[in-house]
Amino acid sequence: MGALDPLFLARLQFAFTVGFHIVFPAFSIGLAAFLAVLEGLWLKTGRQVYLDLFRYWLRAFSIVFGMGVVSGLVMSYEFGTNWAQFSQKVGPILGPLLGYEVMTAFFLEAGFLGIMLFGMNKVGRKLHFFATCVVSLGTLISMSWILSSNSWMQTPQGYAIEPGTGRFIPADWWAIVFNPSFPYRLVHMALAAFLCVAFVVGGVGAWHLLRARRAGHAPTEAVKVMFSMAMWMAAIVAPLQILAGDTQGLNTLKYQPAKIAAMEGDWDSQSRAPELLFGIPDMEHETTRYKVEIPLMGSLILTHSLDGKVPGLKDYPKDQRAPSYVVFFTFRIMVALGMLMAVLGVYSLWLRWRKRLCSDALLQWFALVMAPAGFIAMLCGWVTTEVGRQPFTVYGLLRTADSASPVAAGSIASTLVVFVIVYFIVFASGISILLRGFAQEPHVGEVGPDAHDPQRAASMQAAVSNTAAAGETGKES
Amino acid sequence: MDMTGAAYWLPIVWAVLAAMAIFIYIVLDGFDLGLGILFLAERDKTYRNVMVQTIAPVWDGNETWMIFGGAALYGVFPNAYATILPALYLPILIMLFALIMRGVAFEFRSRMHTQRMRDLWDVGFCGGSLVATVMQGVILGTLVSGIHVENNAFVGSGFDWLAPFPLFCGLAVACGYTLLGATWLVWRTENGLQDTMRKWSGILSIAMLVMIAGVSLWTPALHANYMQNWTDWPRILFVAPVPVAVIALAVVMFMALRRKVSRRIPFFCALGWFFLSFSGLGISIWPYIVPPGMTIWDASAPPSSQAFLLVGAAVLIPLILSYTAFAYHVFRGTVNEHSESYH
Repeated sequence: MGALDPLFLARLQFAFTVGFHIVFPAFSIGLAAFLAVLEGLWLKTGRQVYLDLFRYWLRAFSIVFGMGVVSGLVMSYEFGTNWAQFSQKVGPILGPLLGYEVMTAFFLEAGFLGIMLFGMNKVGRKLHFFATCVVSLGTLISMSWILSSNSWMQTPQGYAIEPGTGRFIPADWWAIVFNPSFPYRLVHMALAAFLCVAFVVGGVGAWHLLRARRAGHAPTEAVKVMFSMAMWMAAIVAPLQILAGDTQGLNTLKYQPAKIAAMEGDWDSQSRAPELLFGIPDMEHETTRYKVEIPLMGSLILTHSLDGKVPGLKDYPKDQRAPSYVVFFTFRIMVALGMLMAVLGVYSLWLRWRKRLCSDALLQWFALVMAPAGFIAMLCGWVTTEVGRQPFTVYGLLRTADSASPVAAGSIASTLVVFVIVYFIVFASGISILLRGFAQEPHVGEVGPDAHDPQRAASMQAAVSNTAAAGETGKES
Repeated sequence: MDMTGAAYWLPIVWAVLAAMAIFIYIVLDGFDLGLGILFLAERDKTYRNVMVQTIAPVWDGNETWMIFGGAALYGVFPNAYATILPALYLPILIMLFALIMRGVAFEFRSRMHTQRMRDLWDVGFCGGSLVATVMQGVILGTLVSGIHVENNAFVGSGFDWLAPFPLFCGLAVACGYTLLGATWLVWRTENGLQDTMRKWSGILSIAMLVMIAGVSLWTPALHANYMQNWTDWPRILFVAPVPVAVIALAVVMFMALRRKVSRRIPFFCALGWFFLSFSGLGISIWPYIVPPGMTIWDASAPPSSQAFLLVGAAVLIPLILSYTAFAYHVFRGTVNEHSESYH
């Protein structure tokens, strides 16, 4: 497989664009839910701190959502540009699912986003809260459809194959949408999105707590509230995610045992199998080198029984094995980060009980370092499941090599270079805007729709942002 | 073919729906992109902010129609999706790059700390809008010129789109969208900015008329089929009044621009021109979805797919249109430099 092989380039391009894209929807899913909770708390309790936090995170949301829309637009055309044969064969099944995603979710989000971002003074509190909830609901609906599509590619059912053309024809839509791995993936991804945002919020909170400590003053109410909310999420959701990941593992063992073998770097099927902590899978010589293993744990983790039989890659023909040297590592990075998230959550619970949640420097540093952990774990998880599906696009039925488009390598290579450049510019700008925003503390006294004196509100905001800007200049010099 | 079965009429229903969705896209995103093209022509920075503010709350929804187009084509006419996209690989990707740049520029331009960076994103906004628009015209022009298909797969060259007719269509769509942008601003802004846009609308209207004439004369010359479609009875009944209607709209447009009677008339006149051109195009290529060889029936997914999506579309599209209308209603009225923004 040469570097200028069109199939390899098409895969590389797709992986790059979809990997870039998924970060933003995951961010939006978690952040929209967080914003809905903040606004709901503000309406219920009337506490100013919730409105301040709502406005603060809304600024980030508008950036994140916009980047999600533009990078997602690319995806809806890339199936055709890069995977024409795939589109032709599975379009009758996956196309309508994508169509439903657009009709039930994308329009809903886009239709109410304007009101959520710009409309608070125009529509009043209640309708604005409704808009926020609808946007959040839209992100969740969207996730459900795309996870259903993806899961169908992993565990296809409810189809018939058309004689002559080889197309997949829908036979039972219920079976297609609710295919066997869909519920597990959906839960796993939803929790992942919530964790992504919880750790970003926690990281930002931790940074401001550390800064307040360094400056020798007490942290603001808003910073403490957001840090505490993030730590609750870490303590509750991270352990749940480990359970969800475990059940998905069982599901994968049942439906895609070859993927499990690749993830574990196991070559021979065996019961009472060890769990590899480390190793370097060698596809050519059918072995995993430099193994560090724990006896019996492989069977216990994968089958929940010490005598359980785990699959090995040698059970499958060479041309049906996923590249273990990729998924072995991405899987382990994901799991390790998941464990660290749970450790952080439990540690925060202990500190909360000891009433030191916002004053423990170790927790703050830990949370700061872990800020991107959710995203890294999620990307590693997606690489594991997608590369683990290889060499098929529709598992066991349609090979990746038979899915490509009749496009010249030169066209793909040149657009890949442009993608890298454009996404680098966009990503760098977006991240720097987000980080600059996060470097400021939440403004105190954000104005809700009941402020009838826009003049006062404007000058107050200006004063606050001037102070914040001054603070930042001070920090930089 | 059995003309009573679902396999016959479902593709027709979907072809009409798809045409409708594309037209809604043009109506909604046309002015949006056109406004971007006019962006650098307006030197006043305050006015630029006003321009962006007229579309900031709604542009996401506008662009969603394009995502819908891609998804619907994928699910309903997968063979068309799988031939058009590889055939137009480069123009489509160039369009997507351009849409990315302009899409993020909405948020980025106002968040930059230095004037230089703000200016740079303004250039990105304008350039992205222009390139995306031209590419949409090129894609349309290439499709109308015909795509080389054998056995349901594209077999032409990656550069078939670099030809006079597609490029002319690119220019024509650019003129048209810019006119939509200018007339939108006549409707939604005030004072100095509105006056400038009224002038632009006049100039662009003339350009648009020239373009409509050019494309109309050129299209039937591309294929014998097209000519036949225009002169065949009873289709000629639809075709014959089109030039008259174009001229009638021109009279209304210029009167409205001169007398300043109603701020929204010019925008709707421009949309009228688009509607006429678009239906003329539909009449030309019917019943082909990928001219010259692939009809809507050749391109179709099985009836089970088309029916499944149609049930949802019948309920959801009216719902989508109503809440989109509500969003426009919330942000109605003119925008000026004192209007509030959330930044």
